[in-house]
Amino acid sequence: MSSIPSNLKYLDSHEWARVESDGTVTIGISDHAQGALGDLVFVEVPEVGRALTKGGAAAVVESVKAASDVYSPVSGQVIANNSEALSATPELVNSDPYGQGWLFKVKPSNSGELSSLLDAKAYEKVVEEAGH
Amino acid sequence: MHEPLIFTHSRTGRSAAGQYPQAAAAEVPEKFRRKKRAELPEVSELQAVRHFTRLSQLNFSIDTHFYPLGSCTMKYNPRACNQFAMLPEFLGRHPLAPDSVSQGFLACMFELQEMLKEVTGMKGVSLTPMAGAQGEFAGVAMIRAYHKARGDLDRTEIIVPDAAHGTNPATATMCGCTVVEIPSLPNGDTDVEALKQALGPRTAGIMLTNPSTLGVFERRIQEIAKLVHDAGGLLYYDGANLNAILGKVRPGTMGFDVIHMNLHKTFSTPHGGGGPGSGAVGVGERLLPFLPIPIVGRDGDRYRWLDAQDLPQTIGRLSAFMGNAGVLLRAYVYMRMLGRAGMQRVAEYAALNANYMLARLQQAGFDAAYPGRRASHEFIITLKRQAKQLGVNAMDFAKRLLDHGFHAPTTYFPLLVPECLLIEPTETEAKEELDAFIEAMIAIQREAEQDAAKVKGAPYTLPVRRLDDVRAAKQLDLTYQRG
Amino acid sequence: MPFIPHTETDVREMLAAIGAPSIDALFEEIPAALRIKSLDGIPEALTEMETGRLMQQRASRDGRPLNFLGAGAYEHHIPAAVWAIVTRGEFYSAYTPYQAEASQGTLQLLYEYQSMMASLTAMQVSNASLYDGASALAEACLMAVRAHRKSKSARILVPAAVNPTYLEVARAITEGQNLKFDVLPYDAPSGTLGTSSLDAYKGQDITAVVVQQPNFFGLLEDVDAITDWAAANNALLIAVVNPLSLALLKPPGEWGTKGADIVVGDGQPFGVPLSSGGPYFGFMTTKLEHVRQMPGRIIGRTVDLDGKPGFTLTLQAREQHIRRSKATSNICTNQGLLVTAATIHMSLLGSAGLEKVAAASQTQTSALVAALTRIKGVKLAFSGPRFHEAVLQLDRKVSDVLDALAKRGIVGGYDLSRQYPDLGNALLVCATETRTDEDIAQYAKILGEVLK
Repeated sequence: MSSIPSNLKYLDSHEWARVESDGTVTIGISDHAQGALGDLVFVEVPEVGRALTKGGAAAVVESVKAASDVYSPVSGQVIANNSEALSATPELVNSDPYGQGWLFKVKPSNSGELSSLLDAKAYEKVVEEAGH
Repeated sequence: MHEPLIFTHSRTGRSAAGQYPQAAAAEVPEKFRRKKRAELPEVSELQAVRHFTRLSQLNFSIDTHFYPLGSCTMKYNPRACNQFAMLPEFLGRHPLAPDSVSQGFLACMFELQEMLKEVTGMKGVSLTPMAGAQGEFAGVAMIRAYHKARGDLDRTEIIVPDAAHGTNPATATMCGCTVVEIPSLPNGDTDVEALKQALGPRTAGIMLTNPSTLGVFERRIQEIAKLVHDAGGLLYYDGANLNAILGKVRPGTMGFDVIHMNLHKTFSTPHGGGGPGSGAVGVGERLLPFLPIPIVGRDGDRYRWLDAQDLPQTIGRLSAFMGNAGVLLRAYVYMRMLGRAGMQRVAEYAALNANYMLARLQQAGFDAAYPGRRASHEFIITLKRQAKQLGVNAMDFAKRLLDHGFHAPTTYFPLLVPECLLIEPTETEAKEELDAFIEAMIAIQREAEQDAAKVKGAPYTLPVRRLDDVRAAKQLDLTYQRG
Repeated sequence: MPFIPHTETDVREMLAAIGAPSIDALFEEIPAALRIKSLDGIPEALTEMETGRLMQQRASRDGRPLNFLGAGAYEHHIPAAVWAIVTRGEFYSAYTPYQAEASQGTLQLLYEYQSMMASLTAMQVSNASLYDGASALAEACLMAVRAHRKSKSARILVPAAVNPTYLEVARAITEGQNLKFDVLPYDAPSGTLGTSSLDAYKGQDITAVVVQQPNFFGLLEDVDAITDWAAANNALLIAVVNPLSLALLKPPGEWGTKGADIVVGDGQPFGVPLSSGGPYFGFMTTKLEHVRQMPGRIIGRTVDLDGKPGFTLTLQAREQHIRRSKATSNICTNQGLLVTAATIHMSLLGSAGLEKVAAASQTQTSALVAALTRIKGVKLAFSGPRFHEAVLQLDRKVSDVLDALAKRGIVGGYDLSRQYPDLGNALLVCATETRTDEDIAQYAKILGEVLK
């Protein structure tokens, strides 16, 4: 069973979001997603300053067998990305998807969006259904 | 067996000296001149011949191995097709040579167009698309052009079953359309209820293959055709599986408005290590004006090229000249050697071979993906159970089959069926070959039960063991670097 | 039954194993109303011998006229060894190398090909080929739009002296994707791109500039200036080149200060016969930073479980069979067999040999121009440096002249007047190393008679 930290929010497309103390949102892909993709060989993250909309494609994660879009859980502006670490070591997303494998950070423009994200329990159901 | 890179054989000053004029001197002004030579091999003629001959010996091929790749139709490539297509006059003909000195070639092309119309039940054919994917592009582009010409500019959606080959949605996107995916039912048929939901005023068309990529015939095809037409959309037929119905059913009769054919599958032109293919397209009445040019026409007993002046609404040219002419000549020769009776036997014996393999593999305990259905010219075995119980999956079976001297079937396509092997024997294989393959599958199953690790480590007897794909994608080594 | 091995015994045993009464029963799922009654439009089968006679008759009808046509497809000597090896069953009837362990021959050959093309064009990476030069240009334009992050216009500048059919194909293939092509007029006296044509676009948002070297008229463009202009205007540079010319000419990777960004062309001059226009192959090379945007198959070297070197398809996640609707292209096939021919050809001749072939082609074209312009009514249109083609201006309609020449066994050249009406009665002629001095004299003699 994949790891699903209870303090995070999720999209059913397997992204996680962490609201930081300063109100910004850190985003990555879940343990389930990294397992399904296999060893990542390349990660493409949005450049700082780019405007994102909730549900819009923001990044791409590429393994040998798949290249998947990563969707942003929130609207806002990209204030940081993890491109330096990930261009050298994309496998960080596999080994530490919720920590060092973070993808990008957003300054949210609409705080109301956070409430419509899935909590850990709801996301657990999504993963169960995907697994059968 | 290992053959070093040709660059390692290079020695300064070597080349095949008899192959080029020694005396020539160039006149290139300084600012345009190349200063440093390209790093091409410097080898003798024998060294080159030996190197590439040895490389060829590292390959599996139809000529050397049974190659049951589902959806690829790896049938025998008759040598006569090659020999006749390479007659010096055909080989030396410039594509733009005047019609007056091209009547022989044009006659072959015209007759090929006519024969393809006959077997597919379509009203017009263009031979120009250079591959299946280009044929698909032509098909979807023609559908778009048709709607645009009628002022129906909102029709931008292409419906694609989730079981479709990846080129289908990729093509739809290339043509500026959006893809609407509909599911397939557990029995392999398209979900007609889901189709009804997906149809609407934005529907440009639907891309289908019949038999589908799941290896089964789409039984409600006439109903589907009516639904799509009534909604104002057109039907596109992906001809990848034409071998299953050649001579039995015409796509035109099923209601399709446009089809692409893979001449390198159904009509036995060589696969060549990844090409060239040829993706001729056929159309019904509605799409005739939009065919890609050029097409061969006939005035009395004279043949000529038809171009934009003859087809002002054409979607245009897809290649610099007229497509893969050499491939088309090979397909023509093949069709002349098969003739009427031979063409009708293709699907019969393709189905016989596929159903025989399906029956015997099921009898041996393997799980068919669609056990209640007849195989078309291909069928799917799922190794989901073996993966779960033994930890041995479709990839492992495929690699171990290589050790048994068989090229593996298609694996992991269609994506819908987990751990699948898509098996297509084709009609040119003898029963003993099929039996040997089945024996190999049985042996691998037994080995998987007794020594799973052995199967998972395959292949053992080929020039290389399993390759590190992850490293290939991460540490890109795409060109030889000297020193 | 040609190619079908089944005996009656085989059929009986197989139907018994299936549990079906007849072969016909295998098609019972197909509604009867759909079944074909008979294929009347298909003629009866011919034996191989009969087919051979038919094909020889057709071939002989066309014969072997003396060829002076280039315009994107060039007649060159192909060493006998090339197709002797290419038509070996192990290359001819092999499939796409999806099972890498069973395809190391093809994969290694493609890696060697990629290496040669990268070096020839002085770029960092190559793919394993596209369908042809024209579709390769279309793919390059789409790639430029994807790769150029800062440009939003999707506007491509194309000189008028780029092969007009290539532009036609690029337009047809990119039709659904909102690219805009601006055609830049050539400078009338020189037949090449003047800087004033480019300057009209200075400061605008241009995604890419295309330049063909030599251009469609056979003339050499000032590629350094054009490449620098593109870089100064934040546009990518797409080079369309004749690979044989690169044996003599500065390669695109060394154009201007920064070099070209994407290089394409048709590889037909290397070991691929004219064969009525196909199959040929398109090549594409680029800078390493753009590799993930490059369409088509790419082969990489890696190691196997025992640490031995091996070759495999790589970066497949960009391709249609994985990425589906988000793929870089819908392309599936490459032109494997033709790439095999080209790689063997390049290996036999090497740089030294290709230089000589290119030089001899240039010399013969000069000889042809000299011989033909001695005839009254034939003028050379452009006097600037050229490779192995030249534009002649005639005193009457080119198509009539070509018809008359064809009747006398000569394919005289390409009629430019339809696509370039400003050039008048313009004929594009080409002589490669395969045209001897006697061939040239023959053409001159007959043209003299036709124009009398």
